[in-house]
Amino acid sequence: MESNLITENKQKNKLEKAFEILKTMASKPSGLIGLTIVLFHVVLALISPYIAPYDYKAISPNTMLLAPSAEHWFGTDSLGRDVFTRTILGGRTALTVTFFGSLIALLWGGLLGIFCGLVGGKIDDVVMRVVDAFLSIPWILAMLLIVSLLGTSTEVLIPALGFFYGKGIVRVARAATHDVIAKDFIVSARARGHSNLSIIWNEIIPNVRDAILVEGAMRWSWMLLGFSSLSFLGFGVSPPTPDWGLMISNARGLMSFAYWSVIAPIVGLSSLIIGINLTADAFAKALGIDRSTKAPV
Amino acid sequence: MLLLILKRIGLGLITLFIVSLITFVGVEVLPGDACTTYLEREAYGAALDACIKRLGLDVPAYERYLDWASNVIRGDFGYSLSGEMPINEVLGPRVKNSLVLASVSILIGIPLAIVLGIITALWRDKLPDIMISTITIFSMTIPEFISATLLILIVAIWLGWLPGIVIIPSDATFYELLSNIILPVVAISMIMTAHMARMVRSSVIQVMASDYVQMAILKGVPYWKMVFRHVLPNALLPAINVVALTIAWLLGGVVVTEVVFNYPGLGRLVIESISNRDLPVVQALAIILASIYVGINLIADLMTLMLNPRLKSLQIRK
Repeated sequence: MESNLITENKQKNKLEKAFEILKTMASKPSGLIGLTIVLFHVVLALISPYIAPYDYKAISPNTMLLAPSAEHWFGTDSLGRDVFTRTILGGRTALTVTFFGSLIALLWGGLLGIFCGLVGGKIDDVVMRVVDAFLSIPWILAMLLIVSLLGTSTEVLIPALGFFYGKGIVRVARAATHDVIAKDFIVSARARGHSNLSIIWNEIIPNVRDAILVEGAMRWSWMLLGFSSLSFLGFGVSPPTPDWGLMISNARGLMSFAYWSVIAPIVGLSSLIIGINLTADAFAKALGIDRSTKAPV
Repeated sequence: MLLLILKRIGLGLITLFIVSLITFVGVEVLPGDACTTYLEREAYGAALDACIKRLGLDVPAYERYLDWASNVIRGDFGYSLSGEMPINEVLGPRVKNSLVLASVSILIGIPLAIVLGIITALWRDKLPDIMISTITIFSMTIPEFISATLLILIVAIWLGWLPGIVIIPSDATFYELLSNIILPVVAISMIMTAHMARMVRSSVIQVMASDYVQMAILKGVPYWKMVFRHVLPNALLPAINVVALTIAWLLGGVVVTEVVFNYPGLGRLVIESISNRDLPVVQALAIILASIYVGINLIADLMTLMLNPRLKSLQIRK
């Protein structure tokens, strides 16, 4: 009974703490704007299939390249598809792929980093050399190579992005682990005879979680950038999937007289990336982590 | 000191070695070899045999790696599949073009970033800072292909000031290049400047809050003398490393920018070789781009070492 009470209290504290962080984030205008944009996009992504006025893949020669009007709010593209429909559905693709990609990146990058920081020695040296090597291959070349050899489907893209954006998290997690590892509570946990696994779970993860989460939030926006760049280059999701990068690249050639079909996805993608960035910055500040001096690796 | 430099160079070489292993093993492990990927549906019979012979795919993988690696060290990357010419000949003009684009962008970007970073730091949270910081956040977060597309739409199409895409052959002269690269340079340096200005800003702010600057203020050192004598040297030094990492990171963005503007540099070669499934060229590009990355970081490390008197004496004492 009593232990039940304690866990309940703990959970309430966690919720309160999360709420506290949200409140700190929203207390500055930049954080509030970021949170609002991200929330807007997430809600839109959830409800877009139900509110989309047209079929996103319905091709019609009669409605090619129409200017914005009451029927087609954002006009139509070169195949006569409704740009508004495709723009609001595009956020769904981008958010799904990058959300699961970031989750994979956080998991493997975080765990490997903590492990390396904890064991140190030869294993650590070797892993960090390999991570450095991966970091020095430009992301775009590696992603293009994977995608061109394995094919362009979301089943390939999500793990590929997750793998590639996790390597930077390894470093952050490792550095954060190094900061904690010399502390007394780790030493005493070791003295109590706890196993490495239990130390990682009970002592290290709660202490490095904030740093890793902030890094993950940042990676999320870079991954969105990487993913849409891939789509733009024709190596991301394949048509007719509604995707912002793909829409921009298709509409680019005709933008001298049909600029609306390129503006709508540009606004969608830019606002989401800016929103995620502002949110991540505010999140870092609310947790007291300064990442303005770090390079985007 | 010398030992430290040698160690850094050694680490860089090890990194490059692992990169070469990764690209080689990656191509080896992923389904399809260079010949079947390149020939696609025609990968049978005589054509396949000839291709395998030419690339030497009939010898074991480790032998091929050693062969390839020793050639690369001598500066020979082998043959391109699609152009059927030495990769070095394909690369030469492309490297030059990208170098022109990158160096012009860096020459504009770095001084601009330093000035903007200092202004935003000294007028922190005042109007100049808020304006410049807002602009930098926008230009560093918006993807390269979007800012490049918008530049083309606004400057080339709506205003009609400059050509929207670059239509020059890859062996154009330096002068021909310069007149064509204004928009690509703007697109690249915009993002680069934004990233670096933010780092300079936070670095200057940190130094301004330090004890020795407070001391200088209390001592009555004139404001601008304090900024130039005490703050800037200490603030810009740590920024060097971060700037190097940023430049290296932007290599990926340069690829996208080159594609948008149809610029005949290394970046477009990346896309072309991958579209053509020309794996030998892809391998060569991976090594070259990784060397640039490692090289830039090495230079930054060495510069920080040379310029920092404290680090130097520390190393000697050790």
